[in-house]
Order: sequence, then C-alpha cells, then structure tokens
Amino acid sequence: MDFGEGFEAGFFAVFLAGFFFVAGMEKAYADFLRLPSGDWVFMMGVLMDAIIDLLQQNALMPRADMARLLDMELEEVESAIAKLEAEGIVLGYQAIINREKWDTEKVTAIIEVKITPERGGGFDRIASRIAKFEEVQSCYLVSGGYDLLVIVEAANLRNAAAFVAEKLSTIEAVQATATHFRLKTYKENGTFHQFDSAPERLSVSP
Amino acid sequence: MSIRIADHVRDIPRSGIRDFFEIVQTMDDVISLGIGEPDFATPWHIREAAIYALERGRTGYTSNLGLPRLRRSIADYVRKKFGLRYEPLSEILVSVGVSEAIDLALRALLNPGDEVLYHEPCYVSYAPSITLARGVARAIETKAEDGFSLRADALEKAVTPRTKALMLNFPTNPTGATMTSAQWEKIADVCVRHDLVVLADEIYSELTFDGGTHSTIAACPGMRERTVFLHGLSKAFAMTGWRVGYACAPAPLIEAMMKIHQYAILCAPIMGQDAAIEALERGDESVANMRREYERRRNFITRALNDMGLECLKPRGSFYVFPRISSTGLTSREFSMRLLHGHNVAVVPGTAFGPSGEGHVRCSFATGLDQIKTAMERMAVFVGQTR
Repeated sequence: MDFGEGFEAGFFAVFLAGFFFVAGMEKAYADFLRLPSGDWVFMMGVLMDAIIDLLQQNALMPRADMARLLDMELEEVESAIAKLEAEGIVLGYQAIINREKWDTEKVTAIIEVKITPERGGGFDRIASRIAKFEEVQSCYLVSGGYDLLVIVEAANLRNAAAFVAEKLSTIEAVQATATHFRLKTYKENGTFHQFDSAPERLSVSP
Repeated sequence: MSIRIADHVRDIPRSGIRDFFEIVQTMDDVISLGIGEPDFATPWHIREAAIYALERGRTGYTSNLGLPRLRRSIADYVRKKFGLRYEPLSEILVSVGVSEAIDLALRALLNPGDEVLYHEPCYVSYAPSITLARGVARAIETKAEDGFSLRADALEKAVTPRTKALMLNFPTNPTGATMTSAQWEKIADVCVRHDLVVLADEIYSELTFDGGTHSTIAACPGMRERTVFLHGLSKAFAMTGWRVGYACAPAPLIEAMMKIHQYAILCAPIMGQDAAIEALERGDESVANMRREYERRRNFITRALNDMGLECLKPRGSFYVFPRISSTGLTSREFSMRLLHGHNVAVVPGTAFGPSGEGHVRCSFATGLDQIKTAMERMAVFVGQTR
C-alpha cells in the first residue's frame, strides 16, 4: 500500500506533536476499585493513579520505563494498562497537533448550545444525538448560561458554518447557538503550543 | 606590592565541585547528573505573585529580620510541617539562602578554636564555613552500611571538651540519607549530655519519599532550646535563584545572628521574600507534584544503577543517589573523569564531599527523565568496559 508523501509528513507532525489520552474515569474507576478490599485496594488505587498520570503525560512512554519509574515489574505495568483499557477507564490515545504547522485550513469552533430538555430524557438523548456528528470532537453538558459546550473540527470555515446552520441549529430542541472560532492555541491538554527556550542551567553545582 | 591573603582563607582548598565544573564547562553535549538544583522552574503561581509585587513597586529594603508577614508565614509553615513553634517577631530570621544562615549561626556561636562536628560525606560548604568562622571543623564519617545515617556512638566518640556544636543535614546531600525519630532521640541524648548546639540544615526535608514524614532533631525533648533550625525554599519550591532561607532559634541567638546579618547583608532581597510568602502559603500542591516526579526518577535511576552492577541504596530523601563505584577498580575521580571524557556524562566524584566519599559518585536526579535514561545507558556501557 502506498500512503504517499502526505502520510509521511502527517506522521511526522503527529510524532512531533506528542500524545495524550482520553480517560472517562469517574464511575468505572470507582467500580473497578470496589472489587477487592482493604489496603490492597488503596495500593492498587495509588498505582493505578500513577499509571494514569504517566499515560496522561506521555502515552507512548515505553512500558519498561514506566515499570522503572514506579518500581514495578514490566508485566505488572502491562497488565494494569490492559485492565484500564478493558474496563473502559482508558478510552483511547490521541496525538496533540500543532495546527499552525499542519493542515492550517482546519478550523475549530467552540459552540455554546442552549437546548430544551425533554421530558424523560433530560439532556442526554439530545446531547448524544449532537455528539454523533463526525464533526463534533467534544460535547459537554455544562452549568451556566447555556447547556452544551460543543467543540467542532471542520476542514474549513465554510464547512464549520454549514454544520452549525444546517445540522445543529435545525435540531428541534436547540433554542440558540453561539459559535466562537479558535484563533490561536496557547495550551491544549496540558501541552504548550509554543515553547520557551529552556533557561540556562549550570552544568555542575554543589 | 603583593596582596597577602589572610592565612585562614588562603588555606581553604578550592571546592572539588568547582574544579570539576570548569572541565565540564569546556565540553559540548554533556548530560549532567552533577546539578544540585531542581530542573523545574519556580512554580508559576509563585513567579506570578513576585511579578505582581514588583508591579506594585515593592522594591525597597525590608526589616533586617525579614518581612513580618513572611516571618508569620514561616512560623505557620514550620508549626504545621514540623510541629515546632517559633515566635515570628524574635525567633525567626530571613537570610540570603540557608548558606548565609549557617554562616551567621557559626559566626554568632564560635570563639576561635571551638570545635564543630559534622557528618561526612556532606555538602561542600560546611567545613569551610566553620573554618571561616574561626572554628575547627571535625568530620564524623558515616557509612554506606548504616545508610549514611549518623550513629550516636560515632558522635559520642568524636565529642571533646572543645566541641561547641554539631552540624546536621538530613536528608543529606550527597548521600540521600535520612534519620528516624528513634535515631534522633539517641543523637539528642548525646547533644544534651555534652551541651552541644545543633545546626540542623533541613533544606531537603520536603523531599522525603515513600510517603514517609520528615523528622527533625529540633522536635526531640530538650532540643528546641539548643537547635538552630535552618531551612529555605530553594530545593522543595524550586527557588534556588531567589536566595531565600531562614533560621529559627531561641531569641538571644537570633538577636546575635541579626547583628552580623544587618551589618553584612542588611536584609534578604524583597522580591525573594514576597515570592516566599506565596510559596509557603499556597505552594503545597506544587511541592507534592515535584516530589512525586523526583520519587519516580529515583526509582528509575536506582534500579538502572543496580542493574549495571553499581551497588546503590535507594535514598529516602533529597534528589541524589550515591552509588558505590569501587567495584570498577577506579577511584571516584578516575571514574568521573573517564565517564565524562569517554561518554559525555557528568557525575560528581564522591570525594568532592569529603575524603569519606571515596568509592562513590553523586548522581542528581533533578534532571529530565529522557536525560537520565540516556545517561544511564551510556554509564552502563562505560561500566561494562571497566570489567
């Protein structure tokens, strides 16, 4: 199979950008820990927290390095991660892309959506309906002046506008939307998009 | 005319670390595990508070003892973390780093010829500071088999009628040694019986690992009245360049130290003092995050060193490991030089921390994981070659 030049460059950008992962921890995590009891649970919780923390810092970190950092055996780390994945605590791993360097046409819209909750279904049914659109990267129910915060990625401005006008606004329960376009990213998922050069350190000090 | 340097200054040898530093400076692409300071920048909330203080024009002198608000913060912090109570107005002095506070305490306490004991291997400045204060520095060797902790019987043996004070630093630079409260009680007993003043340099106390709590000799019965509790913000809060330290001690001693401080220094810089208030009052989480990172790197480096055949204790504090390298058949200096020139990795020869550091090198893990990892790979190759 020939992926061509674009793929290679894209891969490079992905590689440069670093990785993060998405975790949906709340309930699954609690259930996960409820299984055994006593100190063991506490220890497991501490170790799982530590593994999740390392995955969030760099999901590509070699598992052998993780084992050394946490003073565990390689197999223990691997099986803990497998368990986190199987339990649906770790939902996936993604790259953080610097959009000023790659695919600069792409737009991100942050959309406030006010909706009328349904009798019986509340916000859930309508929110999941909105979330199912491929353009929607993230969808949160929030407190405050509006109900859903929807983050949309589109190939260009026209596509983003079309999504809001034709798909989102036309849903019956949607009362109002306010769309904000991303102009520049400073920090994303804990990662800075512009790096300050490292300050100088002495090479040996007491 | 040739200028004659005072004898007691002339006779102080140059720091072994400085010699080594100058060699490393001439080389490119060296990974340094020789750095005794955090690789983190000061947490942003602390820097931001200092910027705000500057914007408001807080740029003047402060009280000689330090900003009253900072001294209250210190009193609260020391009470909360160490269970020690000091009166902010008369028992706390803010200094330019712990180093200055050590110098003040020694100069305030010593008459020429008074002996000061310290445990070795240790931080490079203790013996020279004692000498500069016209005291006589006497080392007590600590041993790897004791985890480099100080034994009460070794202390007892070293005390003479001229012994005035004992200098302590746990967790220890360079060994990472720590002491338990049971060990402290035995040391405290010797100090009380021989009427010793204790200078406790607690600079690494927040960097105590494995969920352990730091214990200080100042909390032992009969010790508060004879202890100078010395601490600062450099290591735990990653604030080395701000130069803020403090001494807590009975009022008459603080008053004596203040006399020297006011004429020599006047006061610690206000920018550092303002930053220190923010750090002490709201820095716990930042410290915990950095400690967690150090702890993981410690696990990593300890295992890597043992795996390559260098016997290395897992330190319970500080950000240093002090592996034994004598199995390579090299001296500390040869090991460090050959590792540096052949493999571009800088570690500090154990002898920089006193003759009893021979057979060891100090590796700091206050360096990014990627660098530690590469350094360990290179070091393993080097150690393999010596076999």
